[in-house]
Amino acid sequence: MANFDFSTTLGNSWFPTPLFTASGCASSGRELSQFFSLREIGAVVTKSIMLKPRLGRPTPRMAETPSGMLNSIGLQGPGIDAFLANDIPWLVAQNVKVIVSIAGESVEEYAVLARRLRAVPGISAVEVNISCPNVENRGLVFACDPMASRAVIEGVRRTLGGEIPIFAKLSPDVTDIAEIAREVVSAGADGLSLINTVLGMVINTDTMRPHLAGKTGGLSGPAIRPVAVRAIYQVHQALPKIPILGMGGVRSGRDALELILAGASGVSIGTATFSNPHAIIDVQNELCELLISKGFNSLREAVGFAHRLD
Amino acid sequence: MNLINRQAQQLSSTLISNKRIGQYNQLLLNIGELVHSCRPGNFVAIAVGSENSGMILRRAFAISRVSHRSEYGGTMELIVAPHGAGSRWLCAQEEGAQLDIVVPLGTAFGIPTAPAQALLIGGGYGSAPLFGLAEVLKARGCRVDMILGASSAGKIYAPTEGKRSVNSLKIYTEDGSAGILGKVTDPIEQLILEGAVDVIYSCGPMGMLSAISSLAKAGDIVHQCAVEESMACGIGVCMTCVIPVEKEDGEIGMLRSCIDGPVMDGDKVQWHLVGRV
Repeated sequence: MANFDFSTTLGNSWFPTPLFTASGCASSGRELSQFFSLREIGAVVTKSIMLKPRLGRPTPRMAETPSGMLNSIGLQGPGIDAFLANDIPWLVAQNVKVIVSIAGESVEEYAVLARRLRAVPGISAVEVNISCPNVENRGLVFACDPMASRAVIEGVRRTLGGEIPIFAKLSPDVTDIAEIAREVVSAGADGLSLINTVLGMVINTDTMRPHLAGKTGGLSGPAIRPVAVRAIYQVHQALPKIPILGMGGVRSGRDALELILAGASGVSIGTATFSNPHAIIDVQNELCELLISKGFNSLREAVGFAHRLD
Repeated sequence: MNLINRQAQQLSSTLISNKRIGQYNQLLLNIGELVHSCRPGNFVAIAVGSENSGMILRRAFAISRVSHRSEYGGTMELIVAPHGAGSRWLCAQEEGAQLDIVVPLGTAFGIPTAPAQALLIGGGYGSAPLFGLAEVLKARGCRVDMILGASSAGKIYAPTEGKRSVNSLKIYTEDGSAGILGKVTDPIEQLILEGAVDVIYSCGPMGMLSAISSLAKAGDIVHQCAVEESMACGIGVCMTCVIPVEKEDGEIGMLRSCIDGPVMDGDKVQWHLVGRV
């Protein structure tokens, strides 16, 4: 146990554990800090930050579904100025590792966000959310189009410089996720965050209309875990050297191990936090015990282990 | 705007009793010393189903009352209508069951510093937290008048012991099956004109809260209401339970009803924008 190496690296950033919050499921960390110390986990992945303050979509924004939930928040947030003034200094003062998630409405907006982050100390990586399903225009889901994905990542890479790792967050709602992955990696992404929510809909049988005000929403929770495992497996197979931050319905150490065996070097906990504020710590402890009990000497040995040949 | 629920803790709580009262269940949970952090208006989020349940989200319930003098130590009372799959599971739990709860959550009703005439208005099971509030107001020397309403008699929650903490109680039903035929909003204007109201506290469906807000605004009366919006986490991270509210800077913000609510200033809530922005 004492010799077990639980640390992970994403691009050139090192993290003491492979457990992360999932973007959009932990705000900027402050609310969870009363339930556990954020320093105990790998890093906080912030809610996707946009250039301007944004109200998001009208309510109802949420519907519980079998082993999951559908949400259409629509990227409500304070905008980059307030985020840099309030959230980042707090996280840095707490000595918490931070991965900042950014979302834009255009290729240019992503680049402007990257420029704002370039000089900010204390950021371990940038997750580029090109796959939020809750935008007014589905044409804006960059991650559904290889060329649009490439353009965003190229812009961010050019503006951000080479020091901070860039992770592109992809959507599973595509025919060939490995194709999108290859495109963003060749455009300069250091790694991939897999997966964003799956586009879904719930119809209210009382009103006989879509339940969410935004009509469609993103499906998350254990219901989508097999989709995440599949996407991670396919991408790791196509690009075995590219680090993957995996997420999608993980709520136990066993679930996290599944994503790691498929090829993830780190695991983000999202929806599970809603039902259990302490979920990320529970998963972390369970995963560590599981890896040791299976005879691994390090987390690294287990990454992609499901792909072994013999 | 608030940042976090400072007092909140996640704990395993013992269900001390579970009684059927009309169409509702009265649950008593042991929460120990946390009763001292609970204020009228606060709520609790409870995990439902077993560990591997397909119901992955907590259910939020207003705390109706707390007691620190019961034979079990600190206890919290909840009034639950077993309408959905989650609340049915909760109401089916037997005494001694361990429940995974997060408490106390949200804002509380503001209590006047000097004795005042308080009008408490509840719709359906929304009346539950008003009885705990009435006890606190009464202890501060306030006059407490209560109006409860529902579509029919079976949906009124008005326990006998709760009636002791109010000076008057009027019941309205839309079908006339109990009390006066009509709505809780019917007598408000007149009561305000008579000078019988200094502050209004309300809890119930959003349509009712909106109607009371208009009447309170017209009569220049402070109105504190506990809002309802479906909630995934209860701790401020999911952003699903938001309500359009005029902030201190005059801008409209989507505030979380789990952190900046459930108790909000009715005059600041942008009722016409709920579900529209």
